[in-house]
Amino acid sequence: MAATRLSASILLTLAWRNLWRNYRRTGIMLVAIVVGVWAMILFSALISGMVDEMVRGGLRTLPGEVQVHHPAYRDDPSVANSIDAPEGALLALLNQSPVTGWAARIRVPAMISSERDNRGVQLLGVDPAQEISLGFDPADVVQGRFLQGPDDNGLVIGRKLAEQLETELDKRVVIMSQDPDNNVAERGIRVVGIYRARLQSTEELNVYAGRATVQKLLGLGTRVSEIAITGDDFRAVGGWWRTIEQAAGPDLETLPWMQLDGYLESMMNLQTSYNVIIMVVIFLALSFGLVNTLVMAVFERVREIGLMMALGMRPGWIMYQILLESLILLVLGLVIGNLLALATILPMEDGIDISAVAAGLEMAGMGSTLYPTLELQHMLMSTAVVVVLGLLASLIPAWRASRYNPVQALART
Amino acid sequence: MTAIRCTHLNKTFTQGEQVIRGLDDVCIEIEEGSFVCLSGPSGSGKTTLLNAMGGLDQPDSGEILVGESRVDQLGKSALADMRLHSIGFVFQAFNLIPVLTARENIEFVMQIQGLPAAERKARAMAMLREVGLADHEDRLPSQLSGGQQQRVAVARAIVSNPTLVLADEPTANLDSASAIQLIELFRKLNRERGITFVIATHDTRVMAYCPRLIRMEDGRIISDELQSGIPGEPPAAAQ
Repeated sequence: MAATRLSASILLTLAWRNLWRNYRRTGIMLVAIVVGVWAMILFSALISGMVDEMVRGGLRTLPGEVQVHHPAYRDDPSVANSIDAPEGALLALLNQSPVTGWAARIRVPAMISSERDNRGVQLLGVDPAQEISLGFDPADVVQGRFLQGPDDNGLVIGRKLAEQLETELDKRVVIMSQDPDNNVAERGIRVVGIYRARLQSTEELNVYAGRATVQKLLGLGTRVSEIAITGDDFRAVGGWWRTIEQAAGPDLETLPWMQLDGYLESMMNLQTSYNVIIMVVIFLALSFGLVNTLVMAVFERVREIGLMMALGMRPGWIMYQILLESLILLVLGLVIGNLLALATILPMEDGIDISAVAAGLEMAGMGSTLYPTLELQHMLMSTAVVVVLGLLASLIPAWRASRYNPVQALART
Repeated sequence: MTAIRCTHLNKTFTQGEQVIRGLDDVCIEIEEGSFVCLSGPSGSGKTTLLNAMGGLDQPDSGEILVGESRVDQLGKSALADMRLHSIGFVFQAFNLIPVLTARENIEFVMQIQGLPAAERKARAMAMLREVGLADHEDRLPSQLSGGQQQRVAVARAIVSNPTLVLADEPTANLDSASAIQLIELFRKLNRERGITFVIATHDTRVMAYCPRLIRMEDGRIISDELQSGIPGEPPAAAQ
């Protein structure tokens, strides 16, 4: 055991000093690794920021990270498939951590008519306070006001829908849907607010009315279409949605956002794949430089390697020494690259204005500001890629060095 | 006791289409505590024989016994271990590891052997004093003269108490004074510690100090004789 420890110390000494014999070459390789690591983490943070933004946008539209429905509601989102408002154990869970907001809402297909046109929409009967806790921003109401309570008799529609209906604030429109008995339920209602949304489709589709008003219109009593729930971090939903499911009971369908919207989940998976691909591609390019550096370093030291073998150093120790040189270089590059990435990304986490190149990004659910997201996972992933691929690339020169014949190596001029 | 016994050693090299006989049916026996010179012109086979004795190179046929080990039958790692624990090497040039100081070079072998740091340092310093370089412990090889480098190499070769030291043209790059100093150091260590020395050389200054002189030519031993009149020693001291 002592022999191993002491041998490792001489290997470390030799590796460190050999590394700096040609400080210019080592320095250039170190800079290349630093830039590579920095680029890996930066790209990951940017992609992560873009995808997070898309997912958050999607969650705002869903809305919520978890939804509770009648089991048939997703196939037939009609008023017939309504559920009771939350109570008992479920209500208790909704009012404690990690839940940060929830809304019991009615969401049914409806027809809206102005004096000029009509459109099919999604009528949302909401409690405005709950919607705000779920992410609705009253500042998005660009004309008029948002609803003031569940029994508000007004209607808030999207900017685009207002254009299509050729209606405006304070005008009356007619909302028409079906009650549970399949009878037409309709009423005239005044537009009290016009909101803007990140997506034009949202402005066209969603109209907000007071929950009690809609319940009364549709004859629902206190029943609702869905309970939408949100927490601190959409990535952490896997840790708590099952408790909500248990509290909701087997007669209701409780689903997390990944199952509610397969597209959003595929975006997340795509992000992970992109990150790995980018890291591997960057490091593959780097590894050529690394191998070249080590091959040169070994080639310059053939006689020295022969001498060490002649003195009794086993071939395996020669290989470890070369690998150790590579590892030191990689670890130095990782430390500096990670620090550089931290120093670069943290100041950008408040957002980068990409409006100049943002045309079309709205379609993907993104805004004109990109929020790079630095995650420990990115740093660990880049570390794993650099160390594993770096050592694999170093195996060739290390193995070659360990195979030298001492006599031939010593005779090399 | 026999330190080395070589029996019918043969070794050929190919150079293009030409086959060169490095060793041609070499038989030799060297007693423990001997001081032996292998002499001969370049290409006579003395370095090849030395490398075979040290397990640095394998013969095509024949047997080599060093102590109780059949060198010709050992694997790479076992050969490395034998060199580490039983044999000290001194080469013509490039004897030292450039990134290690004089003391660290001497400690190198002990470090691979796994000796504790305090013991390594004490023994390395004692060896540096013995070779007259106590005040050069922190110097890198590039900061030492050729003679000083060879003395450090000698110190490293004997610091772990090997039974055998193999030296290949150790004085080739040294001036006369340094060469004499080095060979006298060899003789002193041979006499005082009983270490067996086998030196490949064509330096007549070195040969003059060798009680036993083996001449080689074209891979064959052409003479094996005892010498008397070793400088600085009474005739009776010659082995």
